[in-house]
Amino acid sequence: MRVASLTRATAAAGAFTILAGAPALAQSTAARIDPADTAWMIAATALVLMMSIPGLALFYAGMVRKKNVLATMAQTLAATALCSVLWAAVGYTLAFTGDAPLLGSFNRLLLRGMGMDAISPFANSIPEALFMMYQMTFAVITVALVAGAVADRMRFAAFLWFAALWLIVVYVPIAHWVWGGGFLGAAGLLDFAGGTVVHLNAGVAGLVAAFVLGARRGYGSENFAPYDLSLAVAGMGLLWVGWFGFNGGSALAVGPRAVFAIVATHLAASMGALTWMTLEWSTRGKPSVLGMISGAVAGLGAITPASGFVLPWHGIVIGLLAGVVCFWSCTWLKRACGYDDSLDVFGVHGIGGATGTLLAGVFAVRAVGNAAGLLEGNGRQMLIQLYGITVTLAWSAIATFVLLKAIAIFIPLRVDRQGEMEGLDVTQHGEALQ
Amino acid sequence: MKLVIAIIKPFKLEEVRDALLAVGVHGMTTTEVKGYGRQKGHTEIYRGAEYAVNFLPKVRIEVAVADEEADRVVEAISAAAKTGQIGDGKIFVTPIAQAMRIRTGETDVDAL
Repeated sequence: MRVASLTRATAAAGAFTILAGAPALAQSTAARIDPADTAWMIAATALVLMMSIPGLALFYAGMVRKKNVLATMAQTLAATALCSVLWAAVGYTLAFTGDAPLLGSFNRLLLRGMGMDAISPFANSIPEALFMMYQMTFAVITVALVAGAVADRMRFAAFLWFAALWLIVVYVPIAHWVWGGGFLGAAGLLDFAGGTVVHLNAGVAGLVAAFVLGARRGYGSENFAPYDLSLAVAGMGLLWVGWFGFNGGSALAVGPRAVFAIVATHLAASMGALTWMTLEWSTRGKPSVLGMISGAVAGLGAITPASGFVLPWHGIVIGLLAGVVCFWSCTWLKRACGYDDSLDVFGVHGIGGATGTLLAGVFAVRAVGNAAGLLEGNGRQMLIQLYGITVTLAWSAIATFVLLKAIAIFIPLRVDRQGEMEGLDVTQHGEALQ
Repeated sequence: MKLVIAIIKPFKLEEVRDALLAVGVHGMTTTEVKGYGRQKGHTEIYRGAEYAVNFLPKVRIEVAVADEEADRVVEAISAAAKTGQIGDGKIFVTPIAQAMRIRTGETDVDAL
């Protein structure tokens, strides 16, 4: 492939430039748009977007009360639209161009200079516009995930400001640190598809937001039973399938690594669901549907950083451990700490993402992702994984806290008492389910 | 004339309807309602959070009949709606002061 493109390039450039242009040519011909990779990444991009709309929208809306269903969907929908525009405008360039350790450059501000033949050094066989779009869908779902922690009470206007600022101040830097040539990637952190960048990040931000906004009125005393868990099941199904694009697409190319990631992903989701179901059955007497879908998402969140570095069967182990840890965090830890993380963003995504990031350091197999983990004798990888988790956790927590406090100066973060009692659908959007 | 009001378990509605047809009752009004009696409610658990659900779904049936039919109707409903479990429901009978069929203007027993 490389030889062929070199020949074509030299023919176009003229034979007399071969010698003088050799180094430059070698660099440019390393990157050539591959039709198969491009086709797969278009599909993967669509799959990840489907995870947000309608996947996450349904998943979340099914778990809130009837009076807040539309408002919850509105958060996902608005986050998708808003963050997509902002990502194209400034997010992408700050995350994925330049090689400074802390933040990218403004080279692609407003997608400037992204021509038909542009290729990103991070994905050298697909058009850069596709890579930009693929990464956009990750940014979108990360922001949308956070909303679950403050469901039922956050003012829509405040959420929009938060979504926009959080994308730029929290998501973009962390994406750059881990994937865009920043210091965490350089340190050797293994995070294939977003254990730190997406799940831990969203989970920690959700936890902080839940603390800053405070618990829902009636939390612990009133009946907060979900309106329609069948919506949540449908949403989880879309998340599960979409995750094939999320993790499989993170290989950024067609090939066995993408397939390994997808198989491990599917097995982890299955094992997570079975684990949660079993634990709930034995401790609470009944295997709930909400428990099964929670376990599946826990398994999916945990396999995210490890997929692409581990063997397929490792997905079973990681899914099982994620099921146990996330069940514990959603039932025991949440009660012990007393926070009201409405839809368990921290308990499932935060804890699951951190668990998976650690386990990536345990199970990484050199033959799969060219990185060895603890089981292959590279104990140091565990320290790097811990370092990545700590940095992500710290930045996400501190920056989220400061952002929320700053927004609260201008707009109340919560709806007023009356608005919360009547429901966000009517008071925020002027609509309601009948 | 008597109004027979029965609060029954929702899944018993069809059996009760058939029983009422068998004793010659050709019309009724039903409403989905929520309530509780001795059955109290039940507990639901969502990710470890337990909620007491006090109001359970029931179906309320209203049947207007002539005085002499009331006993048979009550019997038919109670036989059809009975499971023997707690929460089977209740039947109330009250007098009707007046009745009219809107289409024809017929009144009282003729209107039933």
